[in-house]
Amino acid sequence: MADKPAAGCARPTGGPVGEDPVESQNQEPTPILREGHNMIKVGKPAPDFVAPAYHKGEFTEEKLSDHLGKWVVLCFYPGDFTFV
Amino acid sequence: MSMSVDSMFVHKMWNDHELSKMVDGGIPYPMLSDAGGKVGEVYGIYDEDAGVETRGRFIIDPDGIVQGYEVLTPPVGRNVSETLRQVQAFQLVRETKGAEATPSGWKPGKMTLKPGPDLVGKVWEVWTTDMASD
Repeated sequence: MADKPAAGCARPTGGPVGEDPVESQNQEPTPILREGHNMIKVGKPAPDFVAPAYHKGEFTEEKLSDHLGKWVVLCFYPGDFTFV
Repeated sequence: MSMSVDSMFVHKMWNDHELSKMVDGGIPYPMLSDAGGKVGEVYGIYDEDAGVETRGRFIIDPDGIVQGYEVLTPPVGRNVSETLRQVQAFQLVRETKGAEATPSGWKPGKMTLKPGPDLVGKVWEVWTTDMASD
């Protein structure tokens, strides 16, 4: 399930998996107007992602699609050590 | 699983120094880091102005399909019982392959509806508005 990356000093990060690359190869200025977001829709697949995590004393790497076969509740929140 | 823009190092400190004092043994699920909000962006809940994720909560079924979500601004917390109730309702629907549906206010133990030709126009006979709330 979850891999264990080395806990170095760099700040590891993850991101969406299987999305089209957002950055274009050419050097032309990127248009300010951004494409309308594909909002999440119920009944449609949840976008896959990988992310570094802390889980029961270990640093791990979590991939959403590794949890296929189980129900997942994914909760976003504003920040650690905030109040609510 | 939970996710915020904090690093996994800060997650560890928060778990070890505060949350483990509220929850015996600490947080049992993975605390994910979304530095830069890239995942939150894709899920439509990243607040670019504040640089943080808003309170988005997604229920994802065993096939990876989003069955429900809720998004709140930061000052108001979620209701965990309501999330669990929804998961239980989605599980029931899945187990019955859609033969049963859960009416408003359903919770485990309460009656379900069996959608079909015989029920059309007859819901009033089996379901009353007081069943919509606890």
